[in-house]
Amino acid sequence: MIGERFDAIVVGAGMAGNAAALTMAKRGMKVLQLERGEYPGSKNVQGAILYADMMEKLVPEFREEAPLERHLIEQRFWMMDDRSHVGMHYRSDDFNEERPNRYTIIRAQFDKWFSSKVREAGATLLCETTVTELVRDERERIVGVRTDRRDGEIHADVVVLAEGVNGLLGTRAGLRARPRPDNVALAVKEMHFLPRETIEARFNLRGDEGVVIEAAGTISRGMTGMGFIYANKECISLGIGCLVADFQRTSQTPYGLLDQFKSHPSVAPLIAGSEVKEYSAHLIPEGGYKSIPQLYGEGWVVVGDAAQLNNAVHREGSNLAMTSGRIAAEAIGLVKSRGEPMSAANLSAYKKMLDDSFVIKDLKKYKDLPPLMHTQSQNFFLTYPQLISKAMQNFVRVDGTPKAEKEKATLKSFVRARSWTGLFGDACRFARAWR
Amino acid sequence: MNVESPVRVEDKLYYNRYLVDIGHPHVKVRAHTTPSPQLLALLKACPARCYELNDDGKVEITVDGCIECGTCRVIAEPTGDIEWSHPRGGYGVQFKFG
Repeated sequence: MIGERFDAIVVGAGMAGNAAALTMAKRGMKVLQLERGEYPGSKNVQGAILYADMMEKLVPEFREEAPLERHLIEQRFWMMDDRSHVGMHYRSDDFNEERPNRYTIIRAQFDKWFSSKVREAGATLLCETTVTELVRDERERIVGVRTDRRDGEIHADVVVLAEGVNGLLGTRAGLRARPRPDNVALAVKEMHFLPRETIEARFNLRGDEGVVIEAAGTISRGMTGMGFIYANKECISLGIGCLVADFQRTSQTPYGLLDQFKSHPSVAPLIAGSEVKEYSAHLIPEGGYKSIPQLYGEGWVVVGDAAQLNNAVHREGSNLAMTSGRIAAEAIGLVKSRGEPMSAANLSAYKKMLDDSFVIKDLKKYKDLPPLMHTQSQNFFLTYPQLISKAMQNFVRVDGTPKAEKEKATLKSFVRARSWTGLFGDACRFARAWR
Repeated sequence: MNVESPVRVEDKLYYNRYLVDIGHPHVKVRAHTTPSPQLLALLKACPARCYELNDDGKVEITVDGCIECGTCRVIAEPTGDIEWSHPRGGYGVQFKFG
């Protein structure tokens, strides 16, 4: 590797890194990809849902080849209090289509496959290699990386930083700030194994049909957070995440929260008798549009979680990662095809192209929602779920109380908890942030 | 729901596969006499419970069970309470599922 020069070095073999490396290798560029894990995927953690549209743009034939779990035909949203949940379910046979739109996947397995496509396209992958530093020339341009291998300095025209949410290299090099506790969530997850038929019976599924549940409410104990339950073929991915700042403020433990979520009366029957085979944790960028750092510079671009590209409202991250990786690679390809240097001015094409894509457009749409959710967490994650649960119980329980009295009691409980101005203000703030 | 039952994190970590880099911890706690609020927060916030209070009232770290999330870095690196890096290539947690 020493003395060898590459067109591009990609740091990381997650969704963003693989998308970038694949796209550049397909264009005939000489690409080196560095991964610190034993194999690609061994350090990568996600729920996980794969969005087909973005994957198709990279590997059109992925449905035939990739290790996919279940195609999603149903989405459940649960608002939970301690003993109940109020749910909104959307299930449609339309999702039993020839080319399904969303799948559950297991990241370590999927990424291994994705990486095989990257290598088939001609990129060189070096695993068990931690990049420790970016190398600059005398004009402060990034010209390569230093690794923890002996004599581990490698040079390239451009470095694609797909290093994940922590983005240590970029921070060390002063390209961006370290994530703040109020801009990242810590999620913990367990993999619960059960016989296939048991999962299908419990979730009302046939064959490879799948379902995901996103849950919010008192399970996060007043913190900004969400739980999730994703059905895979022979296991269930179950986890919960909250803002790091909230963990810091409340002294709640992530594993305590997880175990409580598992023991909730709506959740426990789904995983009863399962065998747990892994426990993982991961940070999720939650700051949205306002937390996106500088995306390019002299000899470098940043993609995926490292660029904090995550749509917290729609729970989309990996598709933003692979799209930003692909677009960055396309921009690099354009610069290279013109025979021009990988300067900041030329690489700014990446930002322009990303701005025009759904990635930045979606994040911009919700730019005010993360701060609202983060500052009003007590109301949105504790008070309202409790009130709504009580209202629902009041609505469905038949006990001889006249309906008018029941409605009055429900309304009264809302006003008592939040006051008329509070209710009105919350509704306006939410609508404005959503718009 | 409101009573915290004791959760044994060690039991959870036992499911995972690690290649421990003996003698090369990737996270270090700065020497201190009294722990800062940030360091104390790590006792609860670390999902692998790598941080413990020792008999002298100081915060210690054992990185063997670390699942490399970065939470401690986000909380305690800005104050200089910890030094945080990735493990050397090939070491640390190796997720089978992720």
